[in-house]
Amino acid sequence: MNETILTLEHTRQLTPDTVEMVLSGDTSAITAPGQFINVALPGKQLRRPISIANWSEDGLLLLVRIAGEGTVAFCASPKGTQFDVLSGLGNGFDLDDHGKKPVLMGGGVGIAPLYGLAKRMIERGETPTVALGFRSLQDAFYLEEFAALGCNLSIATEDGSLGIKGFVTDMVRDHLPDRDYVYCCGPLPLLRAIDALPQFTGGQFSFEARMGCGFGVCMGCTVHTKHGPKRICKDGPILRKEELVWE
Amino acid sequence: MGIIDLSVKLAGLKLDNPVIPASGTFGYGREFAELYDINILGSFSCKGTTGDTRFGNEQPRIAETAAGMLNAVGLQNPGVDAVIEEEFPNVANIFQKPIIANVGGFSLDEYRENCRKLDACEQVGILEVNISCPNVHAGGKNFGSDPELAAEVTRAVKEVTTKPVFMKLTPNVTDIGEIARACEDGGADGICLINTLLGMRIDLKTKRPLLANRTGGLSGPAIFPVALRMVWDVYEAVKLPIIGVGGISSAKDVCEMMLAGATAVEIGAANLKDPYICKTIIETLPETAAALGVTELRQLTGAAHNG
Repeated sequence: MNETILTLEHTRQLTPDTVEMVLSGDTSAITAPGQFINVALPGKQLRRPISIANWSEDGLLLLVRIAGEGTVAFCASPKGTQFDVLSGLGNGFDLDDHGKKPVLMGGGVGIAPLYGLAKRMIERGETPTVALGFRSLQDAFYLEEFAALGCNLSIATEDGSLGIKGFVTDMVRDHLPDRDYVYCCGPLPLLRAIDALPQFTGGQFSFEARMGCGFGVCMGCTVHTKHGPKRICKDGPILRKEELVWE
Repeated sequence: MGIIDLSVKLAGLKLDNPVIPASGTFGYGREFAELYDINILGSFSCKGTTGDTRFGNEQPRIAETAAGMLNAVGLQNPGVDAVIEEEFPNVANIFQKPIIANVGGFSLDEYRENCRKLDACEQVGILEVNISCPNVHAGGKNFGSDPELAAEVTRAVKEVTTKPVFMKLTPNVTDIGEIARACEDGGADGICLINTLLGMRIDLKTKRPLLANRTGGLSGPAIFPVALRMVWDVYEAVKLPIIGVGGISSAKDVCEMMLAGATAVEIGAANLKDPYICKTIIETLPETAAALGVTELRQLTGAAHNG
């Protein structure tokens, strides 16, 4: 973790409520896909935790969902805006564990950290199988980018306007039944449905939580796990399938 | 500018400066020790300790407010035995000064037992007794909102320790001076105030309370004027040293709090927003003190009062 200033270089609207943002600056604290940054916003007491979609030596990529006042302001910032950021937060995905048949599953803005994960799997010589789900065609984004990385990409939309009609979980169950390990990120109901799929013997699940500090001191983001209480910001955001506890 | 002496004396304990991270915002120092040398701090107050291990409240525990935040963490901690056996040895590795042990409890016996155990810990310099748990459903009355109960807890704790006992007060009372006087009568060595103000938010998407606990504790700059006023009132009410807490986020705030009557201060929510805030405050205190015309920071304590 470090505190650093990042500069906004580029913003692109992807869907009515999703924005691509590229920021330049010190990314040395980032060590794994699936980590996040905690961004300070003017006039706001709490930082906003945002997944790192990808990063390089000189900067990073965010795919941000406009969710509330903070993200509205953040996404509307002009080019050149400087942000005070806590960087390299969280445990990130472990790329070593996944056996021979992993699938990367994401829903909505949950696909963000899967992009950097897919990229790094490709750098290791793997061809990731990626299954993404959206509500409809107009909510879908970054499909060309995932395809251009060299992934085996499958899309599901709930209304069938793109790809396979239905939920991404049903698509994976029906069309990718050989996949036995999952890397996933998305809304809680999606993660729960993915955990319920019988085909997976293991997996890494990326969770969100409302956070206070984002770096492990305030206990604001604690959740139950089979291994006891864990902080999503520090012991997560990635939790393993075998420790998940659902109410 | 000559050298400004930032040291203060808190119930016999000499601190290099009055800057103390508040309980619940600093853990046991592990994470912050990776960010800066925490030995620059006057002391720190560790996460509130209870007898049993506590998971705390369900999610969501955190909400934002204007110039502040609500927390309903619910005193998550591993329990006093685990704190002593597992956390304190690490504290000794990363911090070479006495610490403030924040203690919670849900019965007089529990306060006594927790404090008796902590009394045996060499590195604990002060016992900070949290008698305000607005977000913990224990049934029965909140210790800190009743002067008799507050005095009883004070007496109970004083029976089992020779370390200085600071009672940490809840602001959610009608007359904080009365509570402070009750603690003084009970034998307290100092008063720490304020804990968080009781607040809540409604989630407009669900039309239900946002926090799982419904209510939470408000902290951050929004509460600074309330904390300041209460420190003033307690300074007038008792002769005990005061640790002033609540919404401090700058060296100037520290000086205001000391002028109101604080001997030392605790800084909480600000650590969450800016992990380096305590370091920055320590570094800017000398010039702030110089601008106020003092060469010893402790000269500020209570100086805003008449006489």
